[in-house]
Amino acid sequence: MSKRTVEYEVSRTPELGMDFRPAQGPVSPSDLDDPILNAEKMLINVGPQHPATHGVLRLVLELDGETVVRCLPHIGYLHSSFEKLGEYRTWNQVIPLTDRMDYLAPLIYNCAYAMAVEKMMGIEVTERCKVTRVIMMEMDRIFSHLLWLGTWAIDVGAFTPFLYAFQQREKVYELHEAYTGARITTSATRIGGMMSDMPEGWAEGVRQWTNQLPRTLDEVESLLTHNAIHIGRTQGVGAIGPEEAVNYGLSGPNLRASGVPYDLRKDRPYYDYETYEFDVPIGEHGDCYDRYLVRIEEMRQSCRIIHQALDRLPDGPMNVDDPRVILPSKTDLMNDMESMIHHFKLVMEGVQAPPGESHFSIEGSKGELGMYVVSDGGSKPVRWRIRPPSFVNLAAIPHLVEGGLLADVIMVNASLDIVLGEIDR
Amino acid sequence: MSDERPSGFKEVEEGPTASDDTHEDRPTAVDVVDEQSHPTVTAARTRFGDAIFRHEVMAGDEHVIFVDPERNYEILEWLKDDPDQLYNFLSDVTAVDYGSGRPIQVVYQLYSIPLRHSIRVKAELPLSHLEIDSVVPLWKAANWLEREVYDMFGVTFRNHPDLRRILMPEVYAEGHPLRKDFPLRGRFSRAEQTRRALAQAPEDYYIAKDFGPGREFQKVGWQELGAEPEPAATPEPEDPADESEHSTDPDERA
Repeated sequence: MSKRTVEYEVSRTPELGMDFRPAQGPVSPSDLDDPILNAEKMLINVGPQHPATHGVLRLVLELDGETVVRCLPHIGYLHSSFEKLGEYRTWNQVIPLTDRMDYLAPLIYNCAYAMAVEKMMGIEVTERCKVTRVIMMEMDRIFSHLLWLGTWAIDVGAFTPFLYAFQQREKVYELHEAYTGARITTSATRIGGMMSDMPEGWAEGVRQWTNQLPRTLDEVESLLTHNAIHIGRTQGVGAIGPEEAVNYGLSGPNLRASGVPYDLRKDRPYYDYETYEFDVPIGEHGDCYDRYLVRIEEMRQSCRIIHQALDRLPDGPMNVDDPRVILPSKTDLMNDMESMIHHFKLVMEGVQAPPGESHFSIEGSKGELGMYVVSDGGSKPVRWRIRPPSFVNLAAIPHLVEGGLLADVIMVNASLDIVLGEIDR
Repeated sequence: MSDERPSGFKEVEEGPTASDDTHEDRPTAVDVVDEQSHPTVTAARTRFGDAIFRHEVMAGDEHVIFVDPERNYEILEWLKDDPDQLYNFLSDVTAVDYGSGRPIQVVYQLYSIPLRHSIRVKAELPLSHLEIDSVVPLWKAANWLEREVYDMFGVTFRNHPDLRRILMPEVYAEGHPLRKDFPLRGRFSRAEQTRRALAQAPEDYYIAKDFGPGREFQKVGWQELGAEPEPAATPEPEDPADESEHSTDPDERA
């Protein structure tokens, strides 16, 4: 008798027909070959609706026992075609789309888009705007890492850090709301400046929050960093070496955990990041545990940056004095014909960007966040492309989990810190 | 600007219009910069000569080289491995469609982590021949990025290990959404889209062939998938020439 093989199919198989039954009938044990334990593969479908996939990610896993043989990610369940929508909107109208992509760090996306368009148009924003954006981006880096920390802890089996992290996130939500009026969909930037100057006391609120955040981080670290269960679940899991990590295009904490010191704030500094004093944590082993350590340390470093930024926050105008992009003041509008024309053209036609293009990258919370804007001189983008860090990071997941255990898939996925809104766009 | 502004609704129906006809007097943002300012450009010209079509500097410091699409692999391999270039980090692969029948640009954004310089490489593909070599053997990061370009623009990447749609479902039959000739609300009427959504079988999402040895995905143009698109409420241009232009299969167009 031939060796028994069983093919598992994910769904109905039309070739075999609906009434297909495996061979039945009494088989005496002596007829069977020795059991071949590795002959049977099993398919497991994780997601798209699964709490541990952090969104609508679907992973099809082929298992040999408990070992993952193959992993096939399926994405696109949240696809909203933001890039296409952006081509039908004026330059400023695109901004609300940006924060809906990564709802875990909306301000970073607002800023990245505005910075790319400003670079293309050759606009230099004011000092106050620069420092404000630095504060906002670092605040949202912590904001995003805190959510990662909470869900990561849940995936590893610890519930308390989730509550601690969300307690802190709630404070950032309040700061978002105080500045922009919205908790998640902030849409805070404009081409050439911000939606408004910061409200009174806002900077003080940020300072208070960053003062007490490290204590929470200490508490979470005391629960996780030396916890035997946590270490056992994460050390040596999903490891990737530096050359491979670069080849797979990993960026952000995932790349730095593999020991590659690539941080755009240091390598291609923007907004005077070279004048801030902060360290870039680098991992050694490239495994899940190192990614955890890198992100924890990044939050502390972001606090340092925010403190320095708050100290140097200059007075002065928030928006550039450029009638091409910023509406004139109401007084000018009422008294000055030229201002009125500018106002009319800006409101009716929107910002007109000269022909050109720019691919501008910043260090987002998930990795290298690039914005590629192409203009043909009209008031709408010809092409608006996001270089999505989570998308590229997630593409490496088959490589990271294949050969590992099924339980480790969840940890690897959590350690990559993906957000499906931005992957599917 | 033209005299009459189209209503917002009309723009949504028709898709974006190229504004180059109306803005011819605008200055170009392409700065005239000596190409010596980027050593890679000079080195590439010396080495590849005619395969480097032109060089532009955008937004002040972003150097773009346009290369021969037939030799993109060779040039990118040199950019990655040459000790003076070492562009080991493939930041992005995307495409730009300017519309009006102009060629689609495939854009590679490269960065060198050890040498800290970046360059953008573009290859222009005529709409009649949307094919280019895949760079997945060089950078694994290109795998999903090229799949996305294929999904959104219909550019076929030769030698790609797994060229399938990635964001749109595999059975999506309306074409490639980020092309300028693709209307914002899709090619089918809303009723037809609903009908197709309701008629979807589980196999559309749970493909048994994912794991089979001879995994072959059918590439079907939107006209071939059974029913003709229902005549929409608004009359759509439906002449045969239009149809061949919308075809998703680049071979058919020739």
